[in-house]
Amino acid sequence: MAIFILKRVGLALITLWILSVIVFLAAQVLPGDPARAILGPLAAPSAVHALDHQLGTDQPLLTQYWHWISNFVHGNMGKSYSYQTAVAPLVIKALGHSLELAAVVFVVVVPLGILGGVWAALAAGKPRDRIISVVGLSSTVVPELVSGIILILVFGIALNVLPISATWPPGASLPTQLYHLILPAIPLVLILFGYIEQMARAGTIEALNSDYARTAILKGLPRRTVIRRHILRNSLLPTITVVATQVGYLIGGLVVVETLFRYQGIGSLIVNAANAKDFPMLEAGILVIGIVFMVATLVADILYSLLNPRIRYQAAE
Amino acid sequence: MSIDALPAQSAAAIKSGRRELRSEMLHELVRSKTFMVGAGIILFWVLAAVLGPTLVPQDPYAQNLNLINHAPSSAHWFGTDQLGRDMFARVIVGARDILIVAPLATLIGTVLGTGLGLVMGYFRGVTDDIISRFVEAFLALPVVIIAILGVVALGPSNGTVIAVIGIIFAPLIARTVRSAVLLERELDYVAAARLRGERSPYIMFVEILPNVLSPVMVEFTVRLGYAVFAIVTLSFLGFGIQPPSPNWGLEIATNYGVVAAGYWWEVLFDALAIATLVVGVNMVANSIEQVIEA
Repeated sequence: MAIFILKRVGLALITLWILSVIVFLAAQVLPGDPARAILGPLAAPSAVHALDHQLGTDQPLLTQYWHWISNFVHGNMGKSYSYQTAVAPLVIKALGHSLELAAVVFVVVVPLGILGGVWAALAAGKPRDRIISVVGLSSTVVPELVSGIILILVFGIALNVLPISATWPPGASLPTQLYHLILPAIPLVLILFGYIEQMARAGTIEALNSDYARTAILKGLPRRTVIRRHILRNSLLPTITVVATQVGYLIGGLVVVETLFRYQGIGSLIVNAANAKDFPMLEAGILVIGIVFMVATLVADILYSLLNPRIRYQAAE
Repeated sequence: MSIDALPAQSAAAIKSGRRELRSEMLHELVRSKTFMVGAGIILFWVLAAVLGPTLVPQDPYAQNLNLINHAPSSAHWFGTDQLGRDMFARVIVGARDILIVAPLATLIGTVLGTGLGLVMGYFRGVTDDIISRFVEAFLALPVVIIAILGVVALGPSNGTVIAVIGIIFAPLIARTVRSAVLLERELDYVAAARLRGERSPYIMFVEILPNVLSPVMVEFTVRLGYAVFAIVTLSFLGFGIQPPSPNWGLEIATNYGVVAAGYWWEVLFDALAIATLVVGVNMVANSIEQVIEA
């Protein structure tokens, strides 16, 4: 088991390193001269040169990369071009906001998706199953931009019952914060519901058709016990993986939802940094998202293997 | 049966058999209601994109400062925007950009991804390991975020969006093709080709490729839906096509500020246009997937 986890962590670290190189190249090398970008096309060459020297962008690429990544590992993410302050506290604050929204989404969607999937599977082929599946499929394909706009129009403007801005007044209590997060959470819940529901449904149907489920039923166990003890445990396995891979999707969705609902999360931080060509901020935001995604995948892998010994032994070979 | 001695005659038989299978699939697709509805929606938007400017009653660019923010009426079915432009005309004409950019981006991604997947699946070993690491690093980020990074690095334009989305899709498609190739390469016809002394590129592209085309086709249609999704999102965030070109995502971004004043028509119809196109593409993709897997 230890070998399996070590292997996974090692692979994740290599992937993160490659990701950092890609981000570095895209944000620092391709756009050309950062000092020129900051000072504009009319600045004197001497001023551009001085700023380049100050930013360290006149050094060899390898030196620049090493400087950037070693600082990053020590928690120093550089200085924002637009705010002229350290990037790290801003990114961490934004990440906190995003995680709060993501937590609301997951707390709602995971039980809802699993219940929906299991409930649909227990009536496989019947109208109930079909209705849930159609709802799941269609909610998954509608972009969060569209569902967000419609929610804002209906609940925020026509009915005027929920706030359309997710930013709560300073010092707001937790219930007030949650109240502001209701509307932004729904588009993300809609998208994730379909994925989780389908996985839970497929897992449950597979478990229902298995020999051990038939044995349990034939030996006279009540249906409730069979579902709880034999079906659920097996049907939830694939669902865990889906939930983890959807973390990446969720972060992508956050970019739109945070912009739409004016929420100060990591998604809107990246959009604003990209619009302002604030490269240190942009790089830090993106790399932090990569780390979050890697950690989520890793946790899911480990959890999955703890619950499913077959994978564990295969991987250890 | 010895495959090296395969006469030209039976090669032709295989080809006509393939054609028969294809027409059978087509029949099955036409019978599927989901496919027909989806295809109908796509056709509607394609017609809007091609003929839109000549069909719409008003000029989508004509500003009229006496008609600012007017609600839908018989003269302006979808109302007017902040510059008094007719929203109906803008929504219809707005189909053009997305219907050029999305298929091109998906096509680039499919071609690149198929090539990459063939190489990864056929050579396996170190080549596969190294490329897999890069693919995974790419997949560790949401599509929209890599796209933002790419557009910022290269400057916003339709060409950049096509290239960036295509490059992002390539590893995703490569992963699917790779697993199909891994199964194919163990089959007898590949061993036979190798014994005949064929070169690797020949085996990959002439022998294996035709047999993995089904998953490639499914990937293309599924990715097309995601491409529409991603391009609309990018233009909403300001990293796509620039104004004054009518474009659904961009329209929502520019008119979103006045929604709180009650001008709902300035974003609703663009949102619905996006929804119908995405749903239509997904309906077609789903039915193709079902027919191929059946």
